[in-house]
Amino acid sequence: METIFFLIITLVAIVSAILVVTCKNPINSALSLIMTFFCLATYYVMLDAPFMAAVQVMVYAGAIMVLMVFTIMLLNIRVDATKKHSHKLVFGSIIGFFTVLNIVVVLVKSRAAAPTGPYSGEMIKKIGHTELVGREIFTNFLLPFEITSILLLVAIVGAVILAKKKI
Amino acid sequence: MGFEILGLPMMYYIAMVAKVLVTFVFVLLTVAYATYAERKIIGHMQVRLGPMRTGWHGLLQPIADGVKLFFKEEIVPSQASTFAFLIAPLIALIPAFITFAVIPFGGVIEIAGYKIPLQIAAYYDTTAGQVFDVNVGVLYILAMSSLGVYGIVLAGWASNSKYSLMGGLRASAQMISYELAAGLSIIAVFMLSGTLSLSRIVELQSGMGGFEWYLFKQPLAAFMFFICSLAEINRTPFDLPEAETELVSGFCTEYSSMKYAMFFMAEYANMVTVCALTVTLFLGGWNGPLAVAIPILGPIYFVAKVYFLMFVCMWIRATLPRYRYDQLMHLGWKVFIPVALVNIVVTGIIGYFI
Repeated sequence: METIFFLIITLVAIVSAILVVTCKNPINSALSLIMTFFCLATYYVMLDAPFMAAVQVMVYAGAIMVLMVFTIMLLNIRVDATKKHSHKLVFGSIIGFFTVLNIVVVLVKSRAAAPTGPYSGEMIKKIGHTELVGREIFTNFLLPFEITSILLLVAIVGAVILAKKKI
Repeated sequence: MGFEILGLPMMYYIAMVAKVLVTFVFVLLTVAYATYAERKIIGHMQVRLGPMRTGWHGLLQPIADGVKLFFKEEIVPSQASTFAFLIAPLIALIPAFITFAVIPFGGVIEIAGYKIPLQIAAYYDTTAGQVFDVNVGVLYILAMSSLGVYGIVLAGWASNSKYSLMGGLRASAQMISYELAAGLSIIAVFMLSGTLSLSRIVELQSGMGGFEWYLFKQPLAAFMFFICSLAEINRTPFDLPEAETELVSGFCTEYSSMKYAMFFMAEYANMVTVCALTVTLFLGGWNGPLAVAIPILGPIYFVAKVYFLMFVCMWIRATLPRYRYDQLMHLGWKVFIPVALVNIVVTGIIGYFI
């Protein structure tokens, strides 16, 4: 059951990922990208990580992509009229080739093993994914969390200063 | 009863299909008759009669409207981006409906020895003796509501008309701003409940004869959440995206026939969702006097509370004039978000000492 579901989702993910780069209209590309994010969220659900799935949809599909669509709309880029850039194609294929090679080598050399460490599937099911993530963030990873917050604060202040001439 | 498919009893599938069908039909009917109720209520508030001609006191009006919209000519503007134009109403409608999957509308009922929790995405674990549902229920709803904005933005952009584009831009700016405030205001509830699962949140409000509501513990959060939700679903007094006086009809100016009806349905379905979520988070969900002892009372209490809140929405629409755009943004960013943050801090401090 889960395998069939996984295969269907994977098919959708691959087709929409291909559509992201092949669509002529940037809005349609953006829509396909949202579809890909959805499929990623589904993978998280299947991996017993519902919190990650919800955040994936909320942050990527709900916030970042809205801003992207917004930008495309405001700049009013209609059908992409770019010429063929052969160097882009060459670099793209080289990077793609090495990425695939990397994945193949990793998959062949090491078999995907069950997760080790304190956080087993049973424990996540018992305590809850959200609770575990929250506990880790506010205890063991408090310093990185605070640093990220300050970074975001700096970015917000910077945005306000750039956008507003008179303060 | 011993018959199993893929490791789950047959009753599980029957119950699931039944729950989905009942909820879906119920929401659709509510949406249809909400349009009628709104016209009738606002009519009487303004000393008019509202629809009177179709059926007894206009009771068949929603059906007449549906048939009319169904048979209207379908127009796609020649300059529109066809794909986005066609898909936008669907993107607006689907998130509005699938939100109901996680909202609990009743307790656990027992049919032929099989216990069924009245919540679509939930099952009753007989060994643990409790209901398991999506344990990120609220986040799921927030995620889905953040997707609803695409329908409106795409509709506005794809129509290729200046009124639609303005409506779409306004809608997205408004929805993004108020989503933040709505999300921040309900954090205070989670600080009290300690869980994101909606069935658990309802359970925690069952004390004191079914009246231990979070509304009394978090009145400010309840108030802010309801207002921000109204703004997020573009209801009056925040219906700037479709301000008739300035923008013709906003993002759905170029739409006709069933596609227009879909936006309309999405708007009302969103209203039902928001009311149902407010009831679940703040008004005790399906709790009420004797609701645990007599399971059938749960759904009745729930529906009654949801309908009351929908009446409040219509009441607000009949009473208040529309906000101006800068007032709207001011209210969202400079009033609600700081107040919600202060509310979180105060709840944290009080929660730490009690």
